Amino acid sequence: MYRSETIAAISTAMTNSGIGIIRISGDKAIEIADRIFISVKKDKKIKDMKSHTVHYGNIEDNGKIIDEVLMIVMKAPNTYTREDVIEINCHGGIFVTKKIMELVLKNGARCAEPGEFTKRAFLNGRIDLSQAEAVTDIINAKNIMALDASVSQLKGGISEIIRQQREKIIHHIAFIEAALDDPEHIEMEYYGDELMIVVEEILSVLESLLSTSDNGKLISEGIKTVILGKPNAGKSSLLNRMLREERAIVTDIAGTTRDTLEENINLSEISLNIIDTAGIRETDDIVEKIGVDRAKKTAEEADLIIYVVDTSVPLDENDRDIIELISNKKSIVLLNKSDLECIVSVDEIRILTETEPIIVSAKENTGIQNLEERIKEMFYKGTISFNEEIYITNIRHKQLLKDAADSLKLVKNSIQQLLPEDFYSIDLMNAYELLGEIIGESVSDDLVNEIFSKFCMGK
Amino acid sequence: MSNVCEEYDVVVVGAGHAGCEAALAGARLGLSTIMFTVSVDSIALMPCNPNIGGSSKGHLVREIDALGGEMGKNIDKTFIQSKMLNVSKGPAVHSLRAQADKQDYTKEMRNVLENTENLVIRQAEVSEIMVEEDVIQGVKTFSGAEYKARAVVLCTGTYLKARCIYGDVSNPTGPNGLQAANHLTDSLKVHGIEMFRFKTGTPARVDKRSIDFSKMEEQFGDKKIVPFSFSTNPDDIQKEQVSCWLTYTNEETHKIIRENLDRSPLFSGMIEGTGPRYCPSIEDKVVKFADKNRHQVFIEPEGNYTNEMYLGGMSSSLPEDVQYAMYRTVPGLENVRIVRNAYAIEYDCINPMQLLPTLEFKKIKGLFSGGQFNGSSGYEEAAAQGLLAGINAAMYVKNQEQIVLDRSQAYIGVLVDDLVTKENHEPYRMMTSRAEYRLLLRQDNADLRLSEIGHRIGLVPDKVYNRVCKKQELIFQEIQRLERINIGAGRPVQEFLKNHNSTPLKTGTTLAELIRRPELSYELVGDFDLDRQPLPEDVIEQVNINIKYEGYIKRQLKQVEQYKKLENKRINPNIDYDDISGLRNEARQKLKLCKPLSIGQASRISGVTPADISVLLVYLEQFNYLQNKNLAEFSEL
Repeated sequence: MYRSETIAAISTAMTNSGIGIIRISGDKAIEIADRIFISVKKDKKIKDMKSHTVHYGNIEDNGKIIDEVLMIVMKAPNTYTREDVIEINCHGGIFVTKKIMELVLKNGARCAEPGEFTKRAFLNGRIDLSQAEAVTDIINAKNIMALDASVSQLKGGISEIIRQQREKIIHHIAFIEAALDDPEHIEMEYYGDELMIVVEEILSVLESLLSTSDNGKLISEGIKTVILGKPNAGKSSLLNRMLREERAIVTDIAGTTRDTLEENINLSEISLNIIDTAGIRETDDIVEKIGVDRAKKTAEEADLIIYVVDTSVPLDENDRDIIELISNKKSIVLLNKSDLECIVSVDEIRILTETEPIIVSAKENTGIQNLEERIKEMFYKGTISFNEEIYITNIRHKQLLKDAADSLKLVKNSIQQLLPEDFYSIDLMNAYELLGEIIGESVSDDLVNEIFSKFCMGK
Repeated sequence: MSNVCEEYDVVVVGAGHAGCEAALAGARLGLSTIMFTVSVDSIALMPCNPNIGGSSKGHLVREIDALGGEMGKNIDKTFIQSKMLNVSKGPAVHSLRAQADKQDYTKEMRNVLENTENLVIRQAEVSEIMVEEDVIQGVKTFSGAEYKARAVVLCTGTYLKARCIYGDVSNPTGPNGLQAANHLTDSLKVHGIEMFRFKTGTPARVDKRSIDFSKMEEQFGDKKIVPFSFSTNPDDIQKEQVSCWLTYTNEETHKIIRENLDRSPLFSGMIEGTGPRYCPSIEDKVVKFADKNRHQVFIEPEGNYTNEMYLGGMSSSLPEDVQYAMYRTVPGLENVRIVRNAYAIEYDCINPMQLLPTLEFKKIKGLFSGGQFNGSSGYEEAAAQGLLAGINAAMYVKNQEQIVLDRSQAYIGVLVDDLVTKENHEPYRMMTSRAEYRLLLRQDNADLRLSEIGHRIGLVPDKVYNRVCKKQELIFQEIQRLERINIGAGRPVQEFLKNHNSTPLKTGTTLAELIRRPELSYELVGDFDLDRQPLPEDVIEQVNINIKYEGYIKRQLKQVEQYKKLENKRINPNIDYDDISGLRNEARQKLKLCKPLSIGQASRISGVTPADISVLLVYLEQFNYLQNKNLAEFSEL
């Protein structure tokens, strides 16, 4: 359902650039700012400040300083959205920007939907009507992207876990509602105790999901990195080497629907989402061809390509295909098998790919560090970035999980206070809806269907 | 051959629970009104269960009463047992249900109708609607008589092309063997109205003298009877009540049913209509819930002057001999004699998505409809719609603004919104779980919620309305007072808390805070409330509820605020959904069909996503801007 509360978004790219901006818009923007911002001049409150002024201070969470920031206050109506707008300029970096965003959400804003600032600007008459078409397009495009990010980025197992919790919840709501509708038929004695156990189980599942959400376990966040090379170039050993060296394997995906292997690696605070592909070579074998086509497609969507050249055999058609493929992508070229006799020269590669290759031996574990240094360098210079939508999605999911957990805590509370059963289902329903948003499922007629299919109702 | 008989402001077709409310509303609002029925003896007939109210249906009756309808008053006059359901649950789901004396109910309602000014009752089958240029002109009866009217309300219930079925017997009659209405459907189709075919059923009626009650559990009414109508004085209706009885089916019953399933018209495919899931026949229950080894059977009297008893829970369309065999397996019914068979009934109704939330047809001005004709089920659902349709037909004739009740105002609002917005494939029954703001829509505060509207329309008299205003004022003042009164943590208070298993106070608090504790109440803390003035019981009830559940109530009020914002974003009904680029195809089709009046309504259509709503919002702004611009240019010329 479309809502119109106070919204927030990170409006700078999610790279490790020097500055990060979080933008808040809506009735509560100023109230939220005052809750998390401590001015250097102690008693200064944002709400008392003039419009279009800048203030210096700290963002604090329960007395803990998160970052020192500049806070820009813009009061309605002379703002982009014609609502009260707050911009928090922080020191940037993914970690800090994310933390502040989460804090803003915790204090009453909700994650902006794709294109929502623009939409509000438009709906409040800020943008010329001739741009209406363009606005529609933006909303559409962003929606498709967000949908893609929010549902498909959820790791396979996670959707299933959430779906199971939702099933348990709807079953219990249906039971309560059936009993309310047909009180002479369905007994509810001691039901509170039973529900308490279920709620606690679900809560512990949600909490364990939450506790891992920062490690990219919820969704595949990070720089989408694809390793390309012809068969036997040493792609898999390179991957294994990187994994072993780092000892920072986050998870391998049990993605039954995906046929590419994905791994998460953390280099300092950069998260790589590495995808190993089928080797690329011209082939007539239909099955293999599908694998190769898929590898090419994955490469096209990648933020970074690592091209592994086998220097022990001459370059061939397949290598030229790959070079063609990476010509307009951010890439790193590795000359592998430096332990063997070198047939392909550094110069040859340098000319063909127009990049400075790195010499490695996956087998002997040399040059791997240079590769990592190169990745870091590219990231900090901003040469490579990644689909920001994914980070946002993760924040949104986290918030939804937290809210769902809070709703379940309210259920616990109601049970402990011996409130009547009809109160339980109110908060259970909230939890059900929130979890549904994560996996992209709406409520519609779920409840009524569940009641009728599971409970024998009526006279 | 045709002849104009008479002219009326409002024609009501049907004299069931919807028709009665519609006709009364029209006549009471000062319009000349005629009500048609196939049989004057079947006015306000209860052809199925012998009770009014029940979970969430009781809410509807209270709301009908608060708006100036008749159902609540009529059941207060004619009940023979009364029970408040769910009293151990929260106040939002308390629900009143009363067993009716069916004959008395019909007689009393007929009496009211016959003594209402401006109202004419006519026995005839209406076979056609007359429409010119998409505006209703009146109706024609089967005999060819024409009745001109400015507005028509269709409340044909289960009579359209009705067919009663059990075993391989199929009678082309309405309920209780009454004459079906076989012609109107065709006329409606000619005018482009889409029809559905629904099915429902009823259990057998049996002879009281053939029942052994000693094998059953007796079910009593409440000691203290609460009336349905806010205008009924509780003291006037405390009376002797009759009992209902509870018994159970068993494996033997189920075995007989299973062995004869092939003889059921439901399973043989003879019945094509869609039946309700919440009111399954006994054979449905046995098939669908095969693991249950027994089902409840409620034996309910049909009235004071008859031996007929209703077998609640055992509706069926099995053949007569199977009915006998299965009923006789139930403890207490071993020698039972059937008076009337159980049967299933099939009938024509409309796809209610063709209606506005005012219950007027989108395509035909001045044509309204209510009740089972709209695809609902139940006496109370019917009466609620009949009342709304009747009020709006009157408003239409008077050229005044029609009434729309929204989901945050009334169960009636939920009922109507669900009917006109959501795709519905079975007879629709009200349920408390359908009302998302049910903590606000309680049966105890229906008068506070809706009397103002009833009074504004002209159905609620000044005297009644003033009483509600006074009540409102008393509640408000008493809550204010309780929030202000401080209670110290003195010894008597601590002693009192200890006696009631309540946590002792650390510091002083207010009386309201004490009342908020689950184990305490307004009545209990009376000893510490020295300035307390005596208040009416219904005021005290409201004070208790509002203080105790303040947190939840506030949360729902906030949700309502959000909801209202979307309801208030109106959609111009003239927009062309094909003209909106960016809508997904599914959403476009659904929106074209439903033609929602607000963004809120659009967002409730299944298959319309938030992204579609965004696209729609942007388009609407553009559309409105261009309209205004055109108007401006026009006026400059």
